Amino acid sequence: MGSYVIRRLGQMVVVLFGATVVLFAALFVLPGDPVGSLGGDKARDPAVVAELRERYGLNDPLPVQYGNFVKNLAKGDLGEDYTQRRPVTEILAPKLTNTAKLAVLAIVIDIAIGLLAGMIAALFRYSFWDVLITLLTTMAVGFPSFVIGMVLLSTFSVKLQMFPVIADGSFNSMILPAFTLAILDAALVARLMRGTMLEVLKADYVKTAVAKGLPRRTVLFKHVMRNSIIPVVTYLGISFGSLLGGALITEAIFNWDGIGLALVMAIQQQNNPIIIGVVSFGVLVFVVLNLLVDLLYAVLDPRIRLA
Amino acid sequence: MTELTKSTADSGTAEPAAGAATATANAEPAVARITQWGEIRHRFVANKLAVVGLVLVAVLFLTAIFAPLLAPQDPYHQDLTNTLADPSSAHWLGTDALGRDQFSRIIFGTRIAVEVGLASIFLACTIGIVIGALSGYFGKATDSVLMRIADVFFAFPLIIGAIVIIMAMGRGVMPVIISLAVFSWPTVARLLRSSILSVREADYVHAARALGAGTSRIIIRHIIPNSIAAVMAYAAFSVGGAIVAEASLSFLGVGVSPEVPEWGNMLAGAKDFLGVKDYLWVYPSIAIVLTVLGFVFVGDGLRDALDPKLR
Amino acid sequence: MTTSNLTEELPAQRKGDDETPVLEVRDLHVEFKTREGIVRAVNGVNYSVKSGETLAVLGESGSGKSVTAQAIMGILDSPPGRVAKGEILFRGQDILKLDEEERRKLRGPKMAMIFQDALSALNPVFSVGNQLGEMFRVHQGMSKKDAKLKAIELMDRVKIPAAKARVNDYPHQFSGGMRQRIMIAMALALEPDLIIADEPTTALDVTVQAQVMDLLAELQKEYAMGLILITHDLGVVADVADKIAVMYAGRIVEQAPIHELYKRPAHPYTRGLLDSIPRLDQKGQELYAIKGLPPNLLKPPAGCAFNPRCPKAQDICRTDVPALVPVTERDGAELVGRASACHFWKEQIHG
Repeated sequence: MGSYVIRRLGQMVVVLFGATVVLFAALFVLPGDPVGSLGGDKARDPAVVAELRERYGLNDPLPVQYGNFVKNLAKGDLGEDYTQRRPVTEILAPKLTNTAKLAVLAIVIDIAIGLLAGMIAALFRYSFWDVLITLLTTMAVGFPSFVIGMVLLSTFSVKLQMFPVIADGSFNSMILPAFTLAILDAALVARLMRGTMLEVLKADYVKTAVAKGLPRRTVLFKHVMRNSIIPVVTYLGISFGSLLGGALITEAIFNWDGIGLALVMAIQQQNNPIIIGVVSFGVLVFVVLNLLVDLLYAVLDPRIRLA
Repeated sequence: MTELTKSTADSGTAEPAAGAATATANAEPAVARITQWGEIRHRFVANKLAVVGLVLVAVLFLTAIFAPLLAPQDPYHQDLTNTLADPSSAHWLGTDALGRDQFSRIIFGTRIAVEVGLASIFLACTIGIVIGALSGYFGKATDSVLMRIADVFFAFPLIIGAIVIIMAMGRGVMPVIISLAVFSWPTVARLLRSSILSVREADYVHAARALGAGTSRIIIRHIIPNSIAAVMAYAAFSVGGAIVAEASLSFLGVGVSPEVPEWGNMLAGAKDFLGVKDYLWVYPSIAIVLTVLGFVFVGDGLRDALDPKLR
Repeated sequence: MTTSNLTEELPAQRKGDDETPVLEVRDLHVEFKTREGIVRAVNGVNYSVKSGETLAVLGESGSGKSVTAQAIMGILDSPPGRVAKGEILFRGQDILKLDEEERRKLRGPKMAMIFQDALSALNPVFSVGNQLGEMFRVHQGMSKKDAKLKAIELMDRVKIPAAKARVNDYPHQFSGGMRQRIMIAMALALEPDLIIADEPTTALDVTVQAQVMDLLAELQKEYAMGLILITHDLGVVADVADKIAVMYAGRIVEQAPIHELYKRPAHPYTRGLLDSIPRLDQKGQELYAIKGLPPNLLKPPAGCAFNPRCPKAQDICRTDVPALVPVTERDGAELVGRASACHFWKEQIHG
């Protein structure tokens, strides 16, 4: 176990290092100007650009630039942003909290709806509920998050006025964005849960559990559940790691003041330090969560030997 | 007594058994060759959702090809005297904030969807198949280096990675295609690699090797067909995902140019009129949903048809 | 010993009425609804087991031997399976008439089952101590700690070395033979009156088979339990079983005390099974095999189900289903416990 963790940590460092190369190459090496690449319509004042280039060391040779880039990134120093001239970490910290809140609520919804729906579908296979759940989860895959967001916003905020149209950070204003973020994953969790649970229900050890005279609830909630949950936990871990992509859209639709919205605005303002900050963070979270999921997998399934 | 039973039984069984064996041995290869694809096609067609998906995808392709004939108006034409018009006989699905005909823009939107969806996944599959095949075939150091590279690109959430590339290349159809492919290929590579590894260890490959089949023959006859199946199903499924990603990028203002008739652009413009002019977002949304579902159904159907065990 | 009321009454019962069987199956019919039609997997099976007695049930896969066992335990997959007809008397009481909760309470303390493949029959994600202790926790409300001690005791009982150290190990960490011992321990945990062992040694190496079989026989004798030993292997049962029931296509085709059956089979199917055991004294001769395939239960052949494979089938065999009738000596003297379902049992047994 120990040596496995060390090896995986090593791999993780390699991946993160590779990610910085990709990021650096995209932002500083490929043709295009890091301080003015997206500014087709609103070109910057040349004097400002020159000043920025000097200030951010963009006139240094590339290897030096890369060295500084990685060094600062490793220290967690993301520099100052272009517009407010404040440390990026300071700007992003509160936004990160907001995104985390949204993500956690979304995962809770995933688990609650996904597991429940999947269990019902598996236990009452071919029943009305199974057909309905299978149909809904199949359809859900076709709904991109911006469509779901707009449907929810126009129905529940504008028409029914159940939730605020403009997010104010309250729990109430969190619900719709969290659902927007969660629905696709909840559908996939439900499908996964249904599939694995149907497999597990057929397993010999479930028959053994019944033959042991265990009450039905013990058979289901101990023997079946514990085995069915393994792939779902794995999936949830990975999807939590990639929630940032979805958060981008969701936060833009609901004006939720998180790092997704910060990224969207930074792109419009060509505010590279913020972009680098958010992207690096996204990659870091994803890689770390993947490692945690693998370790968790080994904890949940004793047959997995980490070597 | 015992002897008698035995001899009658022996002569009784030996003949028909041997006859049956030779008969099947002769018939099997020919039958297998004819029915393998027939069987797959049969399973695909028997799957109603897959057929629905196929129809949706066919409609999408035909619309994209004949867009200029189908669209009643020029999707770029602005009519500032007739902005935000409700659906009418002149503008079936109304006009947007710049007075452009919604229906025509949705029709032309199929072109970007098809173009980006197919091109990016084709590119991703090409890169992924080459890297996955090299990795699975050579193993060892080649494998770990290639897989670490795949890990790096896999670590970027698709939209976020794409944004980084687009920042470097600027907005446009080509950058969107490239950026989506750059962060999609690792899945294909992993898929192909793992299926090559599993096929390499499969009993029928050992059997083929034991029968004296050479390495190249094993790869061409056994490994490739079995591995490609998984990639094909993934590709069909992923075209839908790529179309969503492309629309998402445009929706966020980093995809294709804003004046291009494209569904994500249309939704971005419609966002400001939510609850007031709902037809602005409802119809492009329907177009996206039907398109994505079409590819998802085809992908699911293909997967089930190619490998019924995966159901 | 800390035992509940349930287990304390058992020895008394065992001594009490030796003549009432622990289990008696009467005219049991089990069918499965499938897309292609109704499969009649068990067609009127009768058998009984007394305390301390071992009944071997022999048959090919699909003969209905395991389905009968599952019907007794109440663990049939239903739907699609269901008991269509018949009685299952446990100590004289028809347990098919009990409700599900009462049935459940029988499983474990009164009757237990040992499955063929212990690796898949044990839950991979719980330690063996947990799974053994579960019997005591659920049925006797024992604390976790006490249950674990009992689990260790049981593992000792079935001769698992270093039981205390291994109680927290997972099933996959044991060898096949050890795993099957754990299955046996689990079945024995609450000292039931009846144990059904469904091919308990089929998945094991030949060398381990004998050890496990001996252990099972030893424990059965010690606890004076009724044992139903399901197998397709005539070689396994010779030393352990008292009597045998041979099943074919959902029916019992022959019943006999074990040694009688080996000496003088009264059904051509049994004859075929015996002849297909390899024998050292017939080295070099071609091994006998029963020709043909087991019948398709969706469309069982008319008449005797064995007729298409029977070397002695006559016209009557293709039209009339033979009843299971008592087998007698040539002079009509009774042969205790013997029966055959062959129109020509006389010719078969007396030559």
